[in-house]
Amino acid sequence: MTDPRRDMISPAVAAERVATGLAARRNREKRFQLYGRIAIGIALAFLVTLFVSIFSKGIPGFFQHYVTLEVTLDREKLDPTGDFSVQSLYDGDARGVIRAALYEATGASGRSGRKAAGKLISQGAEQRLRKAVLADPSILDTTQTMTFAVDDDVDSFLRGFIKRETPEKDRRINDKAIGYIDTLVEKGLISFKFSDYLVFGSASRNAEMAGIFGALIGSILTLAVCLVLSFPIGVATAVYLEEFAPKNRITEIIEININNLAAVPSVVFGILGLAIFIGVFGMPRSIPLIGGVVLALMTLPTIIISSRAAIRAVPPSIRDAALGVGASRVQTMLHHVVPLAMPGMLTGTIIGMAQALGETAPLLMIGMVAFIVDVPGSVTDPGTVLPVQIFMWADFAERMFILKTSAAIMVLLAFLIVMNAAAIFIRKKLERRW
Amino acid sequence: MDTQVMNIIEQTANLEHANIPDETVGDVYVDRPRMTARNVNVFYGDKKAIDNVTLDIAEKQVISFIGPSGCGKSTFLRCLNRMNDTIDICRIEGEIAMDGKNIYAPDVDVVPLRARVGMVFQKPNPFPKSIYDNVAYGPRIHGIATNRAELDDIVESSLERAGLWNEVKDRLLQPGTGLSGGQQQRLCIARTIAVSPEVILMDEPCSALDPIATARIEELIAELSSEFTIVIVTHSMQQAARVSQRTAYFHLGKLVEVGDTEMVFTKPQHEMTNNYITGRFG
Repeated sequence: MTDPRRDMISPAVAAERVATGLAARRNREKRFQLYGRIAIGIALAFLVTLFVSIFSKGIPGFFQHYVTLEVTLDREKLDPTGDFSVQSLYDGDARGVIRAALYEATGASGRSGRKAAGKLISQGAEQRLRKAVLADPSILDTTQTMTFAVDDDVDSFLRGFIKRETPEKDRRINDKAIGYIDTLVEKGLISFKFSDYLVFGSASRNAEMAGIFGALIGSILTLAVCLVLSFPIGVATAVYLEEFAPKNRITEIIEININNLAAVPSVVFGILGLAIFIGVFGMPRSIPLIGGVVLALMTLPTIIISSRAAIRAVPPSIRDAALGVGASRVQTMLHHVVPLAMPGMLTGTIIGMAQALGETAPLLMIGMVAFIVDVPGSVTDPGTVLPVQIFMWADFAERMFILKTSAAIMVLLAFLIVMNAAAIFIRKKLERRW
Repeated sequence: MDTQVMNIIEQTANLEHANIPDETVGDVYVDRPRMTARNVNVFYGDKKAIDNVTLDIAEKQVISFIGPSGCGKSTFLRCLNRMNDTIDICRIEGEIAMDGKNIYAPDVDVVPLRARVGMVFQKPNPFPKSIYDNVAYGPRIHGIATNRAELDDIVESSLERAGLWNEVKDRLLQPGTGLSGGQQQRLCIARTIAVSPEVILMDEPCSALDPIATARIEELIAELSSEFTIVIVTHSMQQAARVSQRTAYFHLGKLVEVGDTEMVFTKPQHEMTNNYITGRFG
């Protein structure tokens, strides 16, 4: 304590030295903020580009061209057996009835003319006619005004993707067909409407009939399986590892492996699903049940890691308080720690689910890329999911598929937003309880 | 391992260098002990935090543990209701008995033990629940109340005895975390006494409170001592002198001196106790 003290720098000198460095310090601060703003700007630019590109293609994808025809529903032609069964309707000549109406509207005559005119309308028209008849048999033997989708080439022409100036042999539709289209347009029979096929239709080779309904239901079923499996298992694992597991070698190895699992490429989980569920257990391919299980394996590490972080973030004083009044460890966990950690656990689950929703690769491995027209009714019906549907459509060359691909991406994004909003709502609700 | 525990371990000085006589000075034994500790050693890993402590805790009396930071008084307190069980590397030797039964015997369940030996912590830690639920939690999990009316009674009488009833009776369903610091600590005391414990351990219960709130808690301790056996750890020697009948002075993991509070503060028999209470170190 008695060391001779060294002289202190006088306050004036100290202030002067501080002042000399001040400008540089301030500049550094400004520069740092600038870097941050530039980074945000670049990120935003990417985001805007993405959205503009998707929306500019996707919004037109929600609409398509329809033609309105006066169809004479001749009973003999449509229901040859006369018993009004589905079989009889399929045996009937729905196509002929529609074509007759089309020839009438376009004034097509001659073999080549009729051939050209017949191609104007979607193949889905017959199915739609049968459905209308089944729904209301009283319309038989009357003349009805009905609307059918036009063929996707016609749609592309009407949108201007197929140019009139292109030589006939390079065009997908010939001059005759263009003439008929012009006639229909002149008569005001062509309309550009919201595409019911996109929203209520399933996979189809015909672009104008293709829709995402089957894939959407497939996604919902797959995610439901994924959530039901991964959330309880993930939370239980996190709780056990964090609160009950003895701190030893085995626990350590398990922890390391869970962390590593989070970094495993998703396609590997697909191979695992293929080998185990389809190979060993012999379960059918392409079903949402297996898709959900595979995605659950992929989602588990995310949920476990974030749940553990959430549990660790609960103040120890709460644990002490509960243990101090004699709560058992399980009671402390269930009554206090888990409810307090729940918002954080849900955040991890949302992230995991969002990943699972957008995942394609592992589902390709278990056959969910199959061409399935039927909408899955349960988790064991073959189906596909939105991202896989998008992936498949992106493979097709037709202009209309390109538009529908973007539209499907928009639906996927909307699905994601709805899902996240729901999770945030639940989270807020849980937080309010405290 | 949480930081709180790390701090305890960090503060626990290495006992190898301790230059303290083995024998505790003063009367470690009493006529009517509620709890008895015999030759207790506590280790955090390799570090010895408590060295051969023998002490009786008398029934319906307040005993205070004083001593410099890291002297092991909190560690010893947490041994009395086995709160140290939650720390993996903590190991305890010796015997701590209640009603002649070693609480560290293998067949002892900590749940009823902690219901009999309640604890109030340094920082007020009400559950993020309503005031009512805070107090009712203990009775609920132990099944002490058989019906709703009884539970209401327990909540009311606990809050009354904690001197909080008049302040909160109109807002029992509001969150306990919305109270002031002093009120929160009294709520924690109410929560502790709601399960009708026999012993209440208090780990520096006033260190986070202002003087007025501290005075309320001290009054409360005096009132509660007619019903409960209270062990209080405190850094404030004035507080120890005010609230306790007996005082135990810990230093570097050893119990240096124990005796009637008046004696310890007026005629300390050990030099280290004298140095500490006269403020020469600590």
